[in-house]
Amino acid sequence: MSYFSDIIQGTKSLLTGMRITGNYFFKNFLTRKDVITQQYPDNKDTLKMFDRFRGEVTLAHNENNEHRCDACTTCEKTCPNGSLEVIWDKYKDPETGRNKRVLVKHIYHLEMCTMCGLCIEVCPTNALEWGQDFHHASYDRGQLTKVLNKPGSKVVAGLKG
Amino acid sequence: MEDFLGENIKTQEYFLNMGPQHPATHGVLRLLLKLDGEIVHNVDMDLGYIHRSIEKMCERDTYKQIVHLTDRLDYLSAHINNEAVCLLVEDALNIEVSDRIKVIRTIMSELTRLSSHALWWGVMGMDIGALTTFMYAFRERELINDIFEETCGARLTMNYNVIGGVRYDLHENFVKRVKALLAQLKQKLPEYDKLLTGNVIFRKRLEGIGYISKEDAIAYGLNGPTARGSGVSCDIRKIHPYSAYDRVDFEESIFTEGDSYARYKVRIKEMWQSVHIIEQLIDKIPEGEFRHKTKALIKLPPGDYLQRVETARGDFGVYVHSDGKKSPYRMKFRSPGFANLAALNKMAKGLKIADIVAILSTIDIVVPDIDR
Amino acid sequence: MIRLSIFTQIHEWLYSLMPASSAHILELVLIAAAYLGIFAILGLLLVWLERRVAGFFQLRLGPNRVGPIGLFQTIADALKLVSKELTGTVKADHFLYGAAPYFIITTALMAMALIPFSQEIHAFDINIGVFFIASVSSVGVVGIFLAGWASNNKYSLIGGMRTGIQMISYELSIGMVIVTMTTLAGTLQISELIEMQRNGWFIIQGHFPAILAFMIFMIAGTAESNRVPFDLVEAESELGAGFHTEYSGMNFAYFFLAEFVNLFIISSIAVVLFFGGWLAPFGITDGLHIPFIGLFWFGLKVTAIIFIFMWFRWTFPRFRIDQLLTLEWKYLLPINMVNIVVMALMVWLGLIIKF
Ligand code: SF4
Ligand code: SF4
Repeated sequence: MSYFSDIIQGTKSLLTGMRITGNYFFKNFLTRKDVITQQYPDNKDTLKMFDRFRGEVTLAHNENNEHRCDACTTCEKTCPNGSLEVIWDKYKDPETGRNKRVLVKHIYHLEMCTMCGLCIEVCPTNALEWGQDFHHASYDRGQLTKVLNKPGSKVVAGLKG
Repeated sequence: MEDFLGENIKTQEYFLNMGPQHPATHGVLRLLLKLDGEIVHNVDMDLGYIHRSIEKMCERDTYKQIVHLTDRLDYLSAHINNEAVCLLVEDALNIEVSDRIKVIRTIMSELTRLSSHALWWGVMGMDIGALTTFMYAFRERELINDIFEETCGARLTMNYNVIGGVRYDLHENFVKRVKALLAQLKQKLPEYDKLLTGNVIFRKRLEGIGYISKEDAIAYGLNGPTARGSGVSCDIRKIHPYSAYDRVDFEESIFTEGDSYARYKVRIKEMWQSVHIIEQLIDKIPEGEFRHKTKALIKLPPGDYLQRVETARGDFGVYVHSDGKKSPYRMKFRSPGFANLAALNKMAKGLKIADIVAILSTIDIVVPDIDR
Repeated sequence: MIRLSIFTQIHEWLYSLMPASSAHILELVLIAAAYLGIFAILGLLLVWLERRVAGFFQLRLGPNRVGPIGLFQTIADALKLVSKELTGTVKADHFLYGAAPYFIITTALMAMALIPFSQEIHAFDINIGVFFIASVSSVGVVGIFLAGWASNNKYSLIGGMRTGIQMISYELSIGMVIVTMTTLAGTLQISELIEMQRNGWFIIQGHFPAILAFMIFMIAGTAESNRVPFDLVEAESELGAGFHTEYSGMNFAYFFLAEFVNLFIISSIAVVLFFGGWLAPFGITDGLHIPFIGLFWFGLKVTAIIFIFMWFRWTFPRFRIDQLLTLEWKYLLPINMVNIVVMALMVWLGLIIKF
């Protein structure tokens, strides 16, 4: 009789499913070991991303507030989304007497960046680096446009481009 | 019964907009259903809500820049999409990549497939009404995402492939983590079966629903697990092996019933096969270079190029017509979801609203892949 | 039926203050207000319980921010809902649209009056008790139906239609289970039903057919309270929110609370019919005079039954509408009919177990 065997088979399969969820329930109820979620804003301080995590593009500064960007604008040209703008100025090198570029503002539009990493790869002086911060949400689009070079920062002396 | 109703009770057909914002359409897809009561008479698919003109953007970008755009097609198979573009350019330029790169790419592809199928399984349960499956599937998927994040730097749009190799070398924890993942999967996949596959309600919801015959599947150009559920052998990994697929042993998962349940079983079996493939490779990743130097500006010789890969959804094709400049003259992505979705009307006619949800889930659409 | 001393004192105090008729009316109003309070608290508590339990099933933590173990989370949610704007559709049938939530809570409240929380706390004990609960709670479907129809939204409409089908079918099963059990008991009055179980709960007295009836009741009860696997009415992945798609704020909250109170009512009926209501198991606390001990046992049993319902919800996929009907008409109904006959035979032949 397939009618009755259907009922028995069906009930059995349902009970198997219930056993699995039930197992998890009681394990979780007693020990909380299986919990897979994190309490996000609470663990903000201890949350550490992996080193390679691509959170944002940053311009590396050393302890003397010096960066390595010589304003060659390669990154600006490489970016597929136009997220980088390098604003530079000319000055005359007193030693050699040649015109040189100096970085004024390295502007980064986070809202347009797709984290493709091309800018970091092409930079001839390895000035750019990945930042691991991902708390980027903001109410104002303007806050997503950042100036990468810190105020008062200078280019590392003797940089060869 | 139908005849009786038709003669004796006057019913009226009506239209129901399923989407663009609807939980079952997995994104911004609009289905215009013509219904009689609960019975579906016709399904019209309306696409284009998230069209981002990626193909056109590719004509603007250089080949190196194009790679990261393909992350945004079928975001669940991001790695495999990247791989397709990289393979195409490497083929065109006759760059022979090292074995290490091939093996890394293969392992990553299979991990991507696993993560995509895990997500699919969780969402499948949700669509059918079992909400808990989602969290169980994410438990495993999270492990895979951690592997990606540690090695590639991102969880979803990994952008790990570059032309001539992969971006970074494998992280030192990679092998350890993958082994832990495989052990967990072997333990948990049977649990998936017990929770959903064998469940009588679940089977009744899927068996015989959304039937499509082998002939129709071929005629509609179905591909991937959807076609394999109808008995069509179409696994690119078997037909045109790329990367390291020619040196691993795996079975193409084919079921012949052609209904939703067959498609479901295909994916479950594919997960097992992926585990099997990774197991063969993980212990013997060859030493070698992980990234070959390429020219700063890549130009393909004039001509037409095509590269096919097997993503989690099926046959993903990249076609390039190059006129020798730094960006392609025309770039075309053949997305698996688009062809699969086209058969929805054929599959769903005469069934109920609830079945549409089940079918959509078993053909596993990802709308950005369809809309591009 | 209120016999607890504190209640008696209030009763006498009221009657000493004013003439009998007005005291009587005031008393009724007070009881009604008390039940409204119970309704709200019960609803909120059950919502919290559901979310907490769901958390454990799904390897999550569940609500744990507001109050100890998240107890006040639902109160915060309710406050949020109260403060929200009541939106509606322009082309809705406004009168019915507004009336629908009240249908549902009124019927739920009416059924609640019959629930025997303990020997003393039992507002309304008429001789057709179980029958009354069953019929009143089936009026609730009208509310859902109205909500679906009046919203003038196709998703709501489909949800409402599904309710109609589902309720009519499963009402039958509930009714027949009640018939089965009253065959055994020989009464419909709730207090008597419970008293009779002093010689063993009905699920033991009636052994095999009673267990079968209990299983059928659990299935039909899930369908009655519109929960997974029978939540076609608000099938999230198919209909968005089903019949209450167009409701917001407090109107939505009414539906939401009523759903959980209905769950409580169904579980209470199960406890009354099968597990001896507020009786202690094997009479272990009978000799002791602990206040509210009946309430404790009743609550414990109901919670256990509710937990099973929640277990269902977080395990099973959803039925399709035709499968739902197949299950009822092809499986439950015939089994139920045979079950009634078996039960009647057993009562006739005296095959029931009594301690
Ligand atoms: S990561 Fe890519 S998108 Fe972002 S700034 Fe660099 S080049 Fe532009
Ligand atoms: S960051 Fe690097 S690539 Fe960009 S302008 Fe500076 S030096 Fe050039």
